[in-house]
Amino acid sequence: MKKYAYFPGCSLEKMAHSYHMSALETTRALGIELKELEDWNCCGATAYFHVDELLAFTLCARNLAMAEKEKLDLVAPCSGCYKNMYFTREHLKHDAGLAEHINEALSEDNLHYAGTSSVRHLIEVFVQDVGFDAIKAKVIKPLKGLRVAPYYGCQILRPRKAKEDVEQPRFFEDLISAIGAEPVDYLLRLSCCSGALIITNRRAALSMVRNLLECAVRSKAAIIATACPLCQVNLECYQKQVNREFGTDLNVPVVYFTQLVGLALGIPPKRLGIGSELVAVMPAIADAIESEPALTK
Amino acid sequence: MNATAETSVTATTAPPEDRIPFVEEIKNLLYASKGNPISTCIQCGTCSATCPVASGGFMDNSPRRIIALIRSGFKEQVLKSNTFWYCASCYQCTVRCPRGIDIAELMYGLKRFTVWRTEHQEGLIGPTFSETFVKMIMRTGRSYEPVLATTYLFTYGLPEMILEAQTATSLMLKGRLPLLPARIKRLENFKRMIRHIIPLGDKE
Repeated sequence: MKKYAYFPGCSLEKMAHSYHMSALETTRALGIELKELEDWNCCGATAYFHVDELLAFTLCARNLAMAEKEKLDLVAPCSGCYKNMYFTREHLKHDAGLAEHINEALSEDNLHYAGTSSVRHLIEVFVQDVGFDAIKAKVIKPLKGLRVAPYYGCQILRPRKAKEDVEQPRFFEDLISAIGAEPVDYLLRLSCCSGALIITNRRAALSMVRNLLECAVRSKAAIIATACPLCQVNLECYQKQVNREFGTDLNVPVVYFTQLVGLALGIPPKRLGIGSELVAVMPAIADAIESEPALTK
Repeated sequence: MNATAETSVTATTAPPEDRIPFVEEIKNLLYASKGNPISTCIQCGTCSATCPVASGGFMDNSPRRIIALIRSGFKEQVLKSNTFWYCASCYQCTVRCPRGIDIAELMYGLKRFTVWRTEHQEGLIGPTFSETFVKMIMRTGRSYEPVLATTYLFTYGLPEMILEAQTATSLMLKGRLPLLPARIKRLENFKRMIRHIIPLGDKE
């Protein structure tokens, strides 16, 4: 059983609790152990990097050092946490002076980071470490006929880490196919959900959310799948405000990829946190999860 | 040719009281940037076209224009611009820049520059939000949404405030809003660690 240090991040404590629940349920079903990092702290989000870079690196480094102490790689389900910790690790690796300075600060908490633990996004663990074949083999309720818009957002892909293709990724579509659902192709799958602008520039943010949702709906998506709590909240919880602002009539459920994978693995919706959303998920998935047992029997 | 034009412009327009030219000050801010210096920009406008905020018409100066203004030494205009505070950090400009300039990191650098000098545009939520967030993490080690709400709610008009309150109520009813702030266990160590980086003086 492969084991990782799990860094839930602040959003998964409450706002995105369904992501937390479904991450733990699905990984357990796939034979992976997520061991929550003890006493983890906030990664600094974007706000810390707006004020002081060195301090932001230090916050991230504390989490990295704790994962290293456990001799485990760190897994983050949030794209923002992932990006911050991934690049902090890169900077520390390439700048010995910076690493020394930060390690001095870390020693106040009896920690040290040598750079051995690496940083993974939860979806990478599904796609690369478990793999599509292993997932397919465990699917007992393929989500036949469910049209899913895979929403990548930004920080899983960008900034570029090496020379990988950030313009035409396919892994999210392939994951959706692996659980028997139908990935929908739409133009804005890599565009920004507006991130923290939902707070700092409401007008711009609502317009970006609107464009994205309309684009997915025009491609006849029944549901949108995300891999980041901020993307989920912006796309789902602000739909009502978008409708009010622009006179639109949007009502499209937005779930975490782990919730869809969980359904396909036969995990009951409730244990995946389905029911805590503001745009009801059940009407969109009812056919896909209910018709299936009848077909296979 | 590009380089000579640039040096001459910087030399004539930079205010004499500045010890170093503005473009150099900005260069020094970009620790995390792995990209090429902004002096290599060819002003093609790919950044502005690919930016979902600029192309939506929400920025007073596009990213391309901000780079041109920095290189020409228009410090005041740059610092008072909303461009970098309206950057959502999507990094689309960074990955698409044909000259390999890390434009999103430049935006971060400009945010920090204006936070330190408190010289940002009036009426922006971003700077207050970021400062509140940082103080919150320094106190508890974790984020807590309800504290953050106070930084922007009162800048809203009444209709927006009501909409925001409705969204918060729906989330509360679904058990998605925390009622109490979380805090880490080894908070004292954590605070000492922070003071190592930024000498904050008095203990809280």
